[in-house]
Amino acid sequence: MITATEFTPISGLAGGLLIGLSATLLLWANGRIAGISGILGGLITPSRGDTGWRLAFMIGLLAGGVVYSLATGGMDVDIQVSWPWMLVGGFIVGFGTRLGSGCTSGHGVCGVGRMSQRSIVAMCTFMLTAGLTVFAVRHVFGG
Amino acid sequence: MNTRFLTSLAAGAIFGLGLAISGMINPAKILNFLDIAGAWDPTLALVMGGALAVTIPAFRWVLKRSTPVLDGRFHVPSRKDIDLRLVSGAALFGIGWGLAGYCPGPAITALVTGLLPVLGFFAALVAGNWLASRL
Repeated sequence: MITATEFTPISGLAGGLLIGLSATLLLWANGRIAGISGILGGLITPSRGDTGWRLAFMIGLLAGGVVYSLATGGMDVDIQVSWPWMLVGGFIVGFGTRLGSGCTSGHGVCGVGRMSQRSIVAMCTFMLTAGLTVFAVRHVFGG
Repeated sequence: MNTRFLTSLAAGAIFGLGLAISGMINPAKILNFLDIAGAWDPTLALVMGGALAVTIPAFRWVLKRSTPVLDGRFHVPSRKDIDLRLVSGAALFGIGWGLAGYCPGPAITALVTGLLPVLGFFAALVAGNWLASRL
């Protein structure tokens, strides 16, 4: 199924500024990169003395969703694919981000933010394969 | 409570709020951004642009310090080489992202909806992350 969405430039920009602010706070205060797959990965394979701040960040990510839901009455979440594809997608996202050392936040917001060549290559790569995947699903095999 | 936990909690909450406000917690918006040949929704470009408009100048400023405020050193990757793991990992990530419409951050914030497909996506993500850590 394909759910139409509206272009929302103001809330998009506002949310993006908050994400940039969050990444800056974490680097300035804790000296850490706000890469979600990396922060989560350090909880999946924990090492002593390096889990507290990660857990706190994860609780914060959930708390942000709770605060938004309470303030606005809920989050719009339109799942676009069937159950098995959600599982396949989740597995590949988890595997790929661990193998490639980052996701949209770690490579995109933070890595490109500090002009890391590895992150620029990674972001171009995942943007390309994501676009090709959507094209294949919606315009080649679907519809 | 440790101050480092508080700043990390605050950063996480601001990040989650940003994901929710920008609509990135909705996989339909992500997939419609990636679908340039369809009914394109450019919102994600503004989210990324807004975030980078902060981090590009701010990181430059922060990394001029000798240490972060609450730690003895910056934990920033130092590798410069473009290797097969980086490129193949990023390529796989993009495929999964394009299939489901979720990357890790929004999937975690969207867990609070309690929707089963989101919980399933997250559980599979944890399994995939763990498996790749064994390689």
